[in-house]
Amino acid sequence: MRALIVNGVRIDDTFAEAFGMRATALIITADSARWARQAAITMTGFGTSVIGCGCEAGIDRELTAKQTPDGRPGVRVLLFAVSTGELQKQLAGRVSQCVLTSPGSACYAGLDGEERLKLGNALRYFGDGWQISKRFGGKHYWRIPVLDGEFLCEATTGLTKSAVGGGNLLIMGESARTTLAAAEAVVKAIGRVPDVVMPFPGGIARSGSKVGSKYKTVRASTNDAYCPTLKGAVKSALDADVGSVLEIVIDGLTAEAVGAAMAAGIAAIVKLGPKRGALRIGAGNYGGKLGPHHFHLKDLLP
Amino acid sequence: MKPLVLTLNARPAERLDMSPVLPHLLAGKTAREIARIGVGTTRRPVTLGDVFRVRVGDAQRIRIEGAGDRLDRIGYGMTGGEILVDGDVGSEAGRLMTGGHLTIKGDAGPWAASVLRGGRIEISGAAGERLGGPLPGEMAGMRGGMVIVRGDVGPRAGDRMRRGTIVVEGRAGAWAGSRMIAGTLILAGPTGPLPGYLMRRGTIVLGSGAAQLSPTFIDCGTHDLIALRLLAAFVADDSARAARLLQRPLRRLAGDMAVLGKGEIFLASRT
Repeated sequence: MRALIVNGVRIDDTFAEAFGMRATALIITADSARWARQAAITMTGFGTSVIGCGCEAGIDRELTAKQTPDGRPGVRVLLFAVSTGELQKQLAGRVSQCVLTSPGSACYAGLDGEERLKLGNALRYFGDGWQISKRFGGKHYWRIPVLDGEFLCEATTGLTKSAVGGGNLLIMGESARTTLAAAEAVVKAIGRVPDVVMPFPGGIARSGSKVGSKYKTVRASTNDAYCPTLKGAVKSALDADVGSVLEIVIDGLTAEAVGAAMAAGIAAIVKLGPKRGALRIGAGNYGGKLGPHHFHLKDLLP
Repeated sequence: MKPLVLTLNARPAERLDMSPVLPHLLAGKTAREIARIGVGTTRRPVTLGDVFRVRVGDAQRIRIEGAGDRLDRIGYGMTGGEILVDGDVGSEAGRLMTGGHLTIKGDAGPWAASVLRGGRIEISGAAGERLGGPLPGEMAGMRGGMVIVRGDVGPRAGDRMRRGTIVVEGRAGAWAGSRMIAGTLILAGPTGPLPGYLMRRGTIVLGSGAAQLSPTFIDCGTHDLIALRLLAAFVADDSARAARLLQRPLRRLAGDMAVLGKGEIFLASRT
């Protein structure tokens, strides 16, 4: 593979292959930023990959009191799934178990759009007949009595069918320490890009996978071509100087948002340089036949 | 384009049914066609041209000047556009309206905003009895939209209201929000006896208390609810007074326990 070199960092002539997904967004508020964040973290927990979690979820950004509907600090959360039905199930389950239960929380639609998913409409029965419907300002809310007062929840939230999941960057460095430093720089840079989330722990996946396995029942297995300890044993994609690899997976509400996030990530790695960060940047794909969205790294250079 | 203006020549000899004067009905009509529209309510035919001076203009913006309390059903069934009335109006102003803006710079008679479905009505003066309420035989009153009354309202404001928002800045008469099915009624001034009489669901906010509260409303304590803050933000553009009222913790009374009891009255605590 011919590599392009920018600021000493080798950039593979390859592309990230991404898939169409269904996505929704919501805004969670609370009396303090700490509790809004807590509800969002709990709700997006165990939401790293659709393979095992049903949905991919993360925090898009934190909102100041002025940016939220009720004038309290908040957090915008994005949820991605492969079907509308699964997204609805995950949304209702996660909001009822993680946001409804969080002290002082309230929950609003974070996305406009004609197509809607049930939010408060799915939760209102928790009120056991004491739930109160309120419509004003073109919005519909449910008020559900709870132990610390009332849980306020918008009836529905928007759904987009043009979301993109699986944008990615493979960050290859000399050691685990420098590779992690580069990955952390990427997470920080992409954190500033709107409408995207990085669903893995802290935004970073260390167990990047390939499709299929030698075992019949396993759908995804370790990406052996990028495992540094197997460099000699398998058909490795790694160079002799690469000692550690980390992957960043990006889900976005639009293909443009995912492209912008990958570009921001590449810029952050290039800026850090090969000594303190990564030697090489790659991306994961399946030959281009499975996913409709191709993000070529050479188009995203700073 | 200038608005379409109707100026009343003199106080009419009979009550007038103004329901044909709507933006979507007057659109594209000439002055002569408009003058031929019948508005009489007796056996003697009366046309718009007999009682008004008509100045054509943009029918989406209708101005009625020199109006008086014999002009009934202004904005009846309006679907969009704007009607501005300079003066008082008779009964059923804005009844069955589904959209648009009706502004009355004067007092309104009984059944203003009756069974309103959408749109916005602002009355700068007072309104008569049964603001937003149903006529006899109708099962429900107002079911959407927004009504703002700067002055006082008569008895039974919001009678059988089902949805929508009413804000009254002045005093309200007896039985405000009687038989409410749902919806929001904000009464910034003092009210007469028994607000929320037989209400099933819905929200009444009392800014200055009531002459007498029904014993079938039960105290639920003082609360600072997010829903009321959202409501405050919603009414802030229309009524700063109502918005201020909603930004404090309020005492919640549940009722009317004589019926379903899922309604609520919020009382501003005396400080």
